[in-house]
Order: sequence, then C-alpha cells, then structure tokens
Amino acid sequence: MRKILASLGTPRGLVVAVLLLAMALLPVIAQVLDQRYLLSVSTRIVIWSIAAAGLNIMLGYGGMVSFGHAVFWGIGGYAVGIFAHHGVHDGWLQWPVGIAAAMAWATLIGALSLRTRGVYFIMITLAFAQLVYYVAVGLEPYGADDGLNIAGRSQFSGLIDLRDRGQFYWLCFALMLATIWFCARLANSRFGLVVRGAKSNETRMAALGFPVFRYRLVAFAISGGFGGLSGLLLANHDAYISPAMMSWVKSGDLIVIVVLGGMGTVFGPLFGTIAFFVLEESLKPLMDMASKGTGEYWQIVFGPLLVLVALYARGGLDSLLGRGRARSRHRG
Amino acid sequence: MAEALLRTHRLVKRFGGLIATDGVSIDVRDGELHALIGPNGAGKTTLIAQLSGQQRPDSGRVEFDGRDITALDMPARARRGLTRSFQITSVLPEFTALQNVALAVQAHAGHSFRFLANARRDRRLREPAFAGLELVGLGNRAQILASSLSHGERRQLEIAMALAGEPRLLLLDEPMAGMGPDESARMVDLLRSLKGQRGMLLVEHDMDAVFALADRISVLVYGRVIATGTAAEIRADPEVRQAYLGDDSGT
Ligand SMILES: Nc1ncnc2c1ncn2[C@@H]1O[C@H](COP(=O)(O)OP(=O)(O)OP(=O)(O)O)[C@@H](O)[C@H]1O
Ligand SMILES: [Mg+2]
Repeated sequence: MRKILASLGTPRGLVVAVLLLAMALLPVIAQVLDQRYLLSVSTRIVIWSIAAAGLNIMLGYGGMVSFGHAVFWGIGGYAVGIFAHHGVHDGWLQWPVGIAAAMAWATLIGALSLRTRGVYFIMITLAFAQLVYYVAVGLEPYGADDGLNIAGRSQFSGLIDLRDRGQFYWLCFALMLATIWFCARLANSRFGLVVRGAKSNETRMAALGFPVFRYRLVAFAISGGFGGLSGLLLANHDAYISPAMMSWVKSGDLIVIVVLGGMGTVFGPLFGTIAFFVLEESLKPLMDMASKGTGEYWQIVFGPLLVLVALYARGGLDSLLGRGRARSRHRG
Repeated sequence: MAEALLRTHRLVKRFGGLIATDGVSIDVRDGELHALIGPNGAGKTTLIAQLSGQQRPDSGRVEFDGRDITALDMPARARRGLTRSFQITSVLPEFTALQNVALAVQAHAGHSFRFLANARRDRRLREPAFAGLELVGLGNRAQILASSLSHGERRQLEIAMALAGEPRLLLLDEPMAGMGPDESARMVDLLRSLKGQRGMLLVEHDMDAVFALADRISVLVYGRVIATGTAAEIRADPEVRQAYLGDDSGT
C-alpha cells in the first residue's frame, strides 16, 4: 500500500492512477453524459490493450517482431463464434478452449519461426497469420468472407451478464488490470529476465547455459494466449466475427500501438492503445470536416505523427513520463 | 596424475579452403591450468568455439567428464559445467553489472520457468552475483549499466560472468586482453587462486602470465598443435622456438 502511495509522487504513477480511476468509473461517466458510443470505444480500448500487452511480451521484452498477432484475435473470436453457432454458450468451455487454441497455435508458429531471425521471422509469422485468415475466408459454414453473427454472449452460470454493457466493460477492465499486473510481474521474474537478456545478447545467454529457444517459445505461447483472450472479448463485444479481425492490417495496428506506447514498458501498451483510438476517432471527423470523404484515410496523417514519435520520443509515450521506476536508487 | 576432464580427438574445422583446426587432440585435467598459445590467426578462438559448442567441428570428437559431448549445443555444455569467456567482450549492455552476473548465477540455479517472483530482489541470485563482482574487483560498480563501464571493467565483468556458474572447466579466451596493468595483475592472482579448484584452458598472448600460471602449455600454429608440455619443455622445444617464440625466449 505504501509503495502504491509513494508511486503517486512520480509523474507516471500519477498519470496512471488518474487514468485507471477514470477508466474504472467509465460506465458511470458514459451514463451521466448519455454517451453509449463512449462506452463502446472504451470497451474496445480495454480489449485491444490486452492483446497489445501480450504482444509487448514478445516485441517489447523479447525483441521478436511478430507480424501476425491479429491471428490470435481470430482464433479467440472464432472459438466463441463457432461454439455459439452450434448452440454452446457456456463461457467456462468457450474461453479456456479459445485461449488454449491460441496458445497452441502460437507454440506451433513459434517452433517453426523462432530459429529464424529478422525479416525471415517477420515473414513467417505473417505467412502463418495469412494462412489462418484464408482458412477463415473459406469456412462456408461459418460465414466465410461475410463473417458470422453471434446469437448469444458467453454465459458464466448466471454470475455475470455480458449483454449488460456496464458489466461487460467492468469484466474487460478487470481482465486488463490482471493482464497488466501479470506482465509487470513477468518482466522482472526469472523467466522475464531470460527473455529480455536474450534480446540484449542472445549468444551470451546461450553461453551462460540458457536454452534461449525454449524460453522464447513459452513467451510466444503466453503472448498468443493474451491475444486469444482479447479475441474472445472482442467477439462478445461485437456479437460478430469475421476474417477481417485477423487481417494483416490489424497485426500492423498492434505493432504500431506497442511501439507508440513504449516497447518493454508496463503501461506502454495501454497508453499506445488509448492514443491510437483517440487519434483515429478525432482524425476521422476532423479530416471529413476539412474535405468530405477523406476521413477514411486518417492513417495518412497518423503515419507522419508516428514518425514524429519515433524521432522525438524513442521510448514511446511512456518515456514522456520520465525514466523507468527508481532503477538508479542503489547507484554508487 | 589426474584424469582428463576435457579431451578432444582429432578435431577438424574448415572455413572454405582454410583449415582453422587441423586434427587437434588435446586434454585438460581436473584442476589443471592448461595454456594455449600461438600466433594471431592460429585458430585458438576457433578451437574454444568448438569446445564450448558454439561451432560444430567438421570431424573429430569432444569428450567432457568421460562423455561424448560433440552433439551438445552451447547451453547444454554450459549447464554441465563447461563455460567460456569471450575474447571480444560479450555482456548484456542494457543490464547493470550486478544483473549481468546475477543472470549467470540464475543460469546454473535450475530452470528459469518462474513467472511471478521478482528475480531482481532474489537474494539467492544477488548475493553470489555480488561476491562474483567483488572477486574480479568490480564490487563498487555493481549498479552501473554494463554499457557505461570502461573497456577494462567490461573485461572484468566478462570473467565474473564466466565464473559465476561455478563451472568445472573454464575456457578463457584472452581474459587479460584490454586490461590495464593493475587489472591484469589482479586477474593473474585470481586465476592462480582458482588453480586446483577447476580446470582451465587459458588462451593468452602475455607470455609472462602464461609461464607464471600454466601447469602445461600447448602451442598451436596454423591450426595444428606442434607441442604440449610444461613451461620448461616448451621453452626448450626447438620447433616451438623456431615457429613461435623466436629470439626473445632463448639465451
Ligand atoms: N567464421 C569464420 N569464417 C571464416 N574464417 C574464419 C572464421 N573464424 C575464423 N576464421 C579464420 O580462421 C583462422 C583462425 O582464427 P581464430 O580467430 O581462431 O584465430 P586466433 O588464434 O584466435 O587468433 P587471435 O590470436 O588473433 O585471436 C583465421 O585465419 C581466421 O581468419
Ligand atoms: Mg582469438
């Protein structure tokens, strides 16, 4: 408790505290302002940031550029959609299966890609994501290209009603907090230090006795698992799934979010997701106002903004809040 | 006489047309400091790379503790107690000196599939790591990022990392290269104190250090071992004097 209070004294601690408080109260705020759309966008932000936090394990801490991470949205989403299509709405079944499928697929891709480096790694992860994408496009029984409407949300023995937008938001928010907490612990655990060490100097880690491949494989699986969880939530939020949720563009968006927020930081994925949505939601109408119909191309303005961040805030948005937590305390 | 801890049988390594290791058979006994000397480009680092598992020989065998380890990769050999240091400093630049050594300790403290407990505050890692830093003379630099250490300090860190796992056999590739005279002297003392406790294969150009420390010396020239013996035998060997030691060794 005292530690939490002490961290309020730092800019990062204060910003995070205010942000999380506002996010916790969001359903109430949206109700008072009578803004259902605000709640919907916020729910998406919370769900996306879970996937971003998962990708951050690989990309930020591990230095592995997985360019197919949206595939886990697809796997999680289709798990819910396909079960629901066959009349199975039990979340206790849907969710573990969806997450396990995402982790299994991540393990398979990892086993095939982690021996490669650089561009090859990017291409293989992308290729496998595209493979799943085209399988989904060909899945006639589940709507193929058009996707699938989901008749009923996941059910949890009546404990929580996901159709209630407020309750669903709070569930997502709680899961996001749990994800961020887990990732923060992971980053400083023995496992996390091995993954980070391998990013810093793989040969030396191997010389010390770490079988780097195995640790990266597990990191990939964990990372994919959070992607799957995020996909389950996304399907429940939209009551709809389609191959588009795992297009390579979405994978690119996730990378942009992680880089924008600050790679290898605890709250970077959340910052990045918020910034991404705020820019999307504000650039679109602004550009439409300037010249009708141009809003669709908001990324033309977004791109250069990203370049600015890359140039002037190399550690992403998180770095604007000062250096990492009291690392220098013991310095002599 | 002690059993050989490490033994190679006719190791061969080619790079295109160049034979960097040409039928090398050497052994290092438990507790022995065996020095490997030879001119630049003789193939010393290439041999170390094959002993540590970083490179595969084209033919020949490596045995460690009586077992054939030729097929084992570098991490597997390190976990069995065969550890190397690098001629070209290889540390983790984004980690502090203490964290660098703590990771070396961690590598030998069982598997690292532990996901929640904070490893940075783990005394089982920190305390041996700190002791390792003190041993090489970096005790007061523990919290400095490795990238901010001086060149000589990074050489010391390199050795601290190799030692931290308490290996049974140490492969040291020019540990003194790039150190100042004080640091070198300290390293010679350290290596002398380790003699008898663990086997060491020491690649070194500093002949004073080699003759002061080595139980046996092997001379490598053009990938081939031309002589193995005690310091006195090596000094007296006519082929060695001609090929390598030249005039400055004889009177
Ligand atoms: N990866 C490689 N590819 C091609 N040739 C190599 C490779 N590594 C080493 N060599 C060559 O093999 C020979 C032996 O090199 P090595 O680095 O083992 O020598 P060394 O005895 O360690 O020399 P030094 O005393 O300068 O460190 C050299 O001619 C070198 O150019
Ligand atoms: Mg060399």
